[in-house]
Amino acid sequence: MVSDIKVSIKNLYKIFGSNGKDMVQKVEEGATKSSLQAEHKHVLGLNNVNIDIPARRIQVIMGLSGSGKSTLIRHLNRLIEPTSGEIMVDGEDVLAMSDVELRNFRRNKMSMVFQKFALLPHRTVIDNVGYGLKIKGTDKAEINERSQKWIDRVGLSGFENNYPAQLSGGMQQRVGLARALATDAEILLMDEAFSALDPLIRNDMQDILLDLQEELHKTIIFITHDLDEALNIGDNIVILRDGAVIQQGSPQEIVLDPADDYVRDFIKDINRARVLDVSSVMKAGSNGSGLELASDVILELAMPAMIKADVTSANVMHDGEVIGVVTLADMIGGIARPESHDGEQVTYR
Amino acid sequence: MELFDDFPSMGRTDLRDLKKGIDFAFRDFSRDNGEAIEGFFDPLMYFMVWFEKLLMAAPWPIMILIFAVLAWLGARSIGIVIGTIVSFLAIGYFGMWEDTMATVAIISVATFLCIGLGIPLGILMSRSNRLQAGVTPVLDIMQTIPSFVYLIPVVMLLGIGKVPGLIAVCIYALPPIVRLTNLGIRLVDKEVLEAAEAFGSSYRQKLFDVQIPLALPNIFAGVNQTIMMALAMVVIASMIGVKGLGVPVLRAVSNQYLALGLMNGLAIVALAVIFDRVSQQYGKRLQKHRQGGHGV
Repeated sequence: MVSDIKVSIKNLYKIFGSNGKDMVQKVEEGATKSSLQAEHKHVLGLNNVNIDIPARRIQVIMGLSGSGKSTLIRHLNRLIEPTSGEIMVDGEDVLAMSDVELRNFRRNKMSMVFQKFALLPHRTVIDNVGYGLKIKGTDKAEINERSQKWIDRVGLSGFENNYPAQLSGGMQQRVGLARALATDAEILLMDEAFSALDPLIRNDMQDILLDLQEELHKTIIFITHDLDEALNIGDNIVILRDGAVIQQGSPQEIVLDPADDYVRDFIKDINRARVLDVSSVMKAGSNGSGLELASDVILELAMPAMIKADVTSANVMHDGEVIGVVTLADMIGGIARPESHDGEQVTYR
Repeated sequence: MELFDDFPSMGRTDLRDLKKGIDFAFRDFSRDNGEAIEGFFDPLMYFMVWFEKLLMAAPWPIMILIFAVLAWLGARSIGIVIGTIVSFLAIGYFGMWEDTMATVAIISVATFLCIGLGIPLGILMSRSNRLQAGVTPVLDIMQTIPSFVYLIPVVMLLGIGKVPGLIAVCIYALPPIVRLTNLGIRLVDKEVLEAAEAFGSSYRQKLFDVQIPLALPNIFAGVNQTIMMALAMVVIASMIGVKGLGVPVLRAVSNQYLALGLMNGLAIVALAVIFDRVSQQYGKRLQKHRQGGHGV
């Protein structure tokens, strides 16, 4: 899965307070969020964050509230200035940009979707969608044409002349999404974009996003505190705590090999059969039954297929070749909670 | 013990000299610069004279029609339009037409002047905490200092007439529009502002696309308050030579003419109610988009 790096974050620190610059050294010497707060009255926002975000993929950044994820995403378009560090987008140093360069960067390269939608209440849906284009100075006819296209694309046809207050939350966020897509920016920042929506609508919106991504191939940076959401849409996941990166990797890597108890705690309640694919639990060999499974089939689908075919093992295929073998027992072992190996008594005696 | 019985005040001679010093200094200042300052305000005075004459000279049915149309455009309410027409007919019937037109003239000019000065000042205040800290106490003084006190220097400088009257009205009526513009812009939803920023808005685009439109309900409450405060100054302004409904009220006070005072007082009330209802309804219509519910 080699792909070029779109956004590169290096040694990024953010310390809130009157004298943040001097505090960076204290943090490098080992001060923690709580000690910095107690001894120096400064708040540690981000602690030595290093992330390389690949192009045309969905990068999820997740953590609980206060973990610094919203602070981090606001550094990418410099709504918040870092205390120290480096942010490169397409090899261009974002922190070195002048006001005018930064404005052009925000207008053309990076757009954003907000948790509370942040629509203009006095403008209609079509004017909200065209807002980014209007700022760029696009002419009126083109704004309307392109806005209409995106309104249709997110399924809001017929609501062009409504005001945001007349729409439901899910519909308002579709307007927010269409607004961000209308500028044709290559990078889409989504700050807890679906967190304010109820679960069913949230799933709808995730599907819409994945559909769109299949044809648009944007670089999407998605902030969430919801692990199910992260696993559902993320190609890569970064987990933040107290402003520091705890673990980064694909959803499978996070679920199979959590870095510490914090991450383990996160993943204990998720549906592992929906995240893990057969390649993650297979063993070497090619002695499976006649059934052949593609390597990226998730266990939730693979197990019923094996039971239906009435076999207990299957060959795992990738690019037409057998790359391993998987048994029903491996799969069950894969979806078992890690801590259920010890601890609770489940057998009858 | 002497210290506790007698307040350690400045000596009587010293105090008199101090007051005299200030008085003479201001007198000299107004002698030297009075004419230049009057000259500066001349265009305003000519405009006010012209506007007042225009309102008084226009045939009354046309004026009532204009008022009715303005009330309709502002409020979109038949009740308010009828109320406006009836009020003006009654005012004319009781012989107060000319005075009322003079009052409408000065109120309109004062309101536009206050809007023209107050909204930009409020916008500047909303952008700088330091400016806000500096201007707020000045606004407090303008609203609380007894009007008679600032009438003295104004009359010393500019004499008696329309312009000093207008200035006196504006000193009293300016603060609400400044305060509410500042407040309105500061209350604009931070998230929406952040979105404007994230899409690359310039300062100007943020101001005109987001801040002013979202602050409009508050700004409009300020305009409404400014009109009301200007009307409240009508009688005091008439003491320094402004024509209008204040003059007969003043005469009624000094001669104990109950009916005259009551009629002209009620005419001022009628104007106040009309201005208030029309501007409030207009302000409400500006917020129509805030109403929820599906469909239009």
